[in-house]
Amino acid sequence: MASHASAGRADTVFAIVLATMILPGFVTFIPLYIVFHRLGWINTYAPLVVPVFLANPFFVFLLRQFFMGLPTELSDAARVDGASELGTFWMVILPLAKPALAVVALFQFIGSWNDYFGPLIYLSDKSLYTVSLGIANMRGSYGFNNYAWIMAATVMSIVPIIVLFFFAQRTFIEGIALTGLKG
Amino acid sequence: MPTHRRLHKLTKEERRGLITGLLFISPWVIGFLAFRIVPFVMSLYYSFTFFPILESPKWIGLANFRNLFTDGRFVSSLYNTAYYAFFAVPLGAFFGILLAMLLNMKVKGMSIWRTIFYLPSITPVVATALVWLWMFNPRGGIINYVISLVGLRGPGWLGDPVWAKPALILMSLWGVGTAVVIYLAALQDVPRELVEASQLDGAHVLQQIRYITLPMISPVILFNVITGLIGAFQFFTEVHVMTGGSGSPADSTLMMSIYLWQSAFQFFKMGYASAQAWIMFVIIVVFTVIMFRVSGRAVYYGGR
Repeated sequence: MASHASAGRADTVFAIVLATMILPGFVTFIPLYIVFHRLGWINTYAPLVVPVFLANPFFVFLLRQFFMGLPTELSDAARVDGASELGTFWMVILPLAKPALAVVALFQFIGSWNDYFGPLIYLSDKSLYTVSLGIANMRGSYGFNNYAWIMAATVMSIVPIIVLFFFAQRTFIEGIALTGLKG
Repeated sequence: MPTHRRLHKLTKEERRGLITGLLFISPWVIGFLAFRIVPFVMSLYYSFTFFPILESPKWIGLANFRNLFTDGRFVSSLYNTAYYAFFAVPLGAFFGILLAMLLNMKVKGMSIWRTIFYLPSITPVVATALVWLWMFNPRGGIINYVISLVGLRGPGWLGDPVWAKPALILMSLWGVGTAVVIYLAALQDVPRELVEASQLDGAHVLQQIRYITLPMISPVILFNVITGLIGAFQFFTEVHVMTGGSGSPADSTLMMSIYLWQSAFQFFKMGYASAQAWIMFVIIVVFTVIMFRVSGRAVYYGGR
């Protein structure tokens, strides 16, 4: 029975992951670029930051999975004590969700740190370049053979990720378990 | 009307719950509509228009699609992407499973090995691409140096139209770590009794793998292959970094995504680029459906 439940859960995770992957960023970026262009957001960080706040279905799903696992007694008790819905969410659910929020924050940090396509199309002013775009750009400007220079920059770009990984290794593993990919 | 009536039938309590729920989910709904659904529909509309970025879109029907299929560069971008996916996805699955099986054999310091194989998957793709660019360098690169040690002369890799795609495929195997972690988790869920029972029945290692291990992890293989395929069709960053977005040499690394980017941001043909994006989308959907159909019988879902 348990395996049925977990197989069903894995299928749902699979469907969500696929749905977010199948709708490629390549389909939506042109209209988004045009809208951001009209809003005067090109060459600012807004196009890279604002969508992240509102629309990652996978993270929403991940958090939902986590909330479903919390015992309802906790929120019921808060309600009996007279807390509003928002109060229950703020004072009971959110503190409990710290591990799940850590996973989402970690994944998003790595996603944004490593992102290349977004900065590439939205940023043109070199002083705004993110690290990925910056080191990719060294390739052209320092000639083909100055690899020592490029490699030094590359190593520096990796350091934050490695440090983060070693401090948050458990969160990573929990994250993989939480997404249910383990099936 | 029917929904309206049903809404009235709810008790006051239930209606309050519904409104609260909708309020809680509204940031996501707004974001999803604004950043996914609306752009999705708009790009379909743009794909039927002539749309230089600074003017407003003009309806031209199917002209973009007709032009695309007579556009030699688009056709070669389809070929290049297919070539890449055809080799990179199966090789990735093969090495992913192989590494996971090796790691599953109670090796010492498993968590260290897992870290070593997983780290490349979270390092910035740009950093990876630059390191490989240096390794592939025909003169100073380490790969051709190693080849020269056995007395052979290495190819020009990214400078040679014949070897550029194999070079990209080779590099893609570097990112197999995420799949390894997922395969490893699946392997650890394979019941020991099954393996032991097959050993008692005299199955040798290859038979165990063929009849026990692979069927037991087949849903995870399907997952990794499909996500790998979708990723391969959208292969962009490495190529863009390594070729400066040109798809050189001789358009041999011009992927669908690279040409799409060029149409939009070098030639500013937003309508044409949208049509390319939609062809890419349809190809991805078609292949995903095919994969599900074909795999239906080969995949084993625990006793269902």
